[in-house]
Amino acid sequence: MQNEFLILSFVVTALVGTGLLAYAFSRLKRPPALGAVIGAIAGATGPLLFMAPLKFCTFEEGRKTLDFIFGLALFAVGAWLAIWLTRWLSQIIIDRHTPGEQSKENTIGTFKTSLLTPTLLLAPTIVILALFLYYPLIDTFRLSTLLVRLGAPRTRFRCVSNFTELFSQDYAGVLFNTFFIAIAIVFVGLVLGLAIAYLAYQPVRGANVYRTLLIWPYAISPAIAGIIFFVMFDPVAGIINHSIELFGGQGLEWIRDPWLARFAVIVTSIWKTLGYNVLFYIAGLQTVPRNLIEAAAIDGANAWQRFRNIVIPALSPITFFLIVTNITYAFFNIFGTIDYLTRGGPAGATSVSIYEIYVLGIRSKDLGRAAAESIVLFLLVIGVTFLQFRTSSRRVTYGA
Amino acid sequence: MAQVSASQIERTVRRRRPDWLPKRWYVHALLWLTIIIVGFPLLYAILVSTQSNAETLSFQILPGTRFRQNLEAVVIDRRLLRFMWNSTMLSVFVTVGKTILSLLAGLAFVYFRFPGKWLIFGFILLTLMMPTEMLIIALFRFVSNLGLGNTFWAISVPFLASATGAFLFRQHFANLPAELSEAAQLEGATPLQFLFQILIPLSWNAIGALAVIQFVYMWNQYLWPLLIIKNESIQVVQVGLGSLQNFEGSTTYGPMMMGAVIATIPPVLVFIFLQKQFMSGFAISRDK
Repeated sequence: MQNEFLILSFVVTALVGTGLLAYAFSRLKRPPALGAVIGAIAGATGPLLFMAPLKFCTFEEGRKTLDFIFGLALFAVGAWLAIWLTRWLSQIIIDRHTPGEQSKENTIGTFKTSLLTPTLLLAPTIVILALFLYYPLIDTFRLSTLLVRLGAPRTRFRCVSNFTELFSQDYAGVLFNTFFIAIAIVFVGLVLGLAIAYLAYQPVRGANVYRTLLIWPYAISPAIAGIIFFVMFDPVAGIINHSIELFGGQGLEWIRDPWLARFAVIVTSIWKTLGYNVLFYIAGLQTVPRNLIEAAAIDGANAWQRFRNIVIPALSPITFFLIVTNITYAFFNIFGTIDYLTRGGPAGATSVSIYEIYVLGIRSKDLGRAAAESIVLFLLVIGVTFLQFRTSSRRVTYGA
Repeated sequence: MAQVSASQIERTVRRRRPDWLPKRWYVHALLWLTIIIVGFPLLYAILVSTQSNAETLSFQILPGTRFRQNLEAVVIDRRLLRFMWNSTMLSVFVTVGKTILSLLAGLAFVYFRFPGKWLIFGFILLTLMMPTEMLIIALFRFVSNLGLGNTFWAISVPFLASATGAFLFRQHFANLPAELSEAAQLEGATPLQFLFQILIPLSWNAIGALAVIQFVYMWNQYLWPLLIIKNESIQVVQVGLGSLQNFEGSTTYGPMMMGAVIATIPPVLVFIFLQKQFMSGFAISRDK
């Protein structure tokens, strides 16, 4: 019964590959039959990317329905990746064989030596990246299929249970915290950063001194920001409650209330990233064409209209870059802040993905599940980057 | 030379100040207000670092009486300078190593032709999407299995290669005139002589910008040292600060803030010291 599903799945992905690449080849003015053959092969072999390391375990008898559906999804993703990749590669190959479009590689001034010299120059970088980034990445995928305890040499194959069990846990809460905190940091941080950068960009005497005094928090660490705000938000000793009480208010339980604790983490992170955002927005503002702004002023656009319709669109490449870096910050670097400020509490209200990975993997010693959560986080980063890339490349820039 | 042209530009800009800009005093006042708000948490940390717990609790907004005691508690009792020294060694080692490896990679990409150049370029580019924090579980196992756990190498070597650095120098070298390397080849210079005698003297801005980014990046590392280093004598200051949270079983605000302020000094100094290079060369930077 399950084997029939497996064969059916292969047939479906192969057929989809056939159709898509035959169409793509006809668009590229190449024989569709060739595309059909290549597409069928891609569609049939793509699923092996995930299924071969998993030994097709999700199709075995006796697996949970959720595991089976998850397996089908992986199957489809593998096929889609392979089809997409072949389409992209065939386009590149066809472009390269079309005369007139060849890119001229700059050969002036290159050293004429054997291959040994560039190999030696690049070897240290490649070896370190391969050993300490690529290998751990692949190993994270491997670990995510295992039951593996920190410090214990024995492992057991768990198929996709580390992933599907995430559905039945409070993982939705962790994802909510991750996104809520990240979105707040990115949105408020960028708006504030742009506002301050616009102020610091005004040509006044001593502009460079002002800029330095505004950018320096960049050098503060997430951990130290956490320590400083831990004291500031302290319910009895902190200056924030002292100030509230000074104006006759009632001090708040900053770290013990879920929403106030999230608020504290967000405020701390925005403060820490502000210098970075201001720095890049100032740099971006310097590329906004002044004549465009002056022309708009002559045409009667007011200050806000000029800002909204000229400055902001011209800054879109910088905004895109900052969204990606701020999200990376909110997903990963925020760990130091949270560890000193709230320790993920109260009751997990500020436990974002990276904190959860640390708690699961190191404190609870469950490396397999922590690896599975790392992969989810990795896919989120890729997804956000990709999404941003698509949307921002469609939007305008005035040659910034 | 660069200063002259910068101030000239600024003068020209000021003279041609378009009237859509707000009046100056207004800008100055707003700028100072912003600077005070942005700087407030650090000012407060400095204030608390001079106070006793009682002074902090009673909301005293003047410097307290415990500056010396807090400093002694942090430096002598908790040996903060040990952590500071470890962090300094680590950050300097990684910054220098990374700069050298990035220079070599940039040299290879711009001044050599070899098959698969774009493939290798893509291989390095993709690592921008792999923050070390995400890989800690597998990295922790790998480094421990290598027997490197609890060593200086565990916290330094994984950070020695950098996509950011390789790109920065590739970009920078590609913008230099091609005649430079042609002349060097006519003179019979080897690639390394060319790098050290011609390229590096022309690249101090880019090197300075990268140095700031990498020094701050390494100095601020927290999660990875927390995991892989269990030996206090080689631990970094970001993790070492955790030991300041408690003295005699209760929260102590003064020493904690004292530690936070002291641990902030080196990266801020590096930032201020190299800020001219940083400002002019950072355009292609990223936290990696």
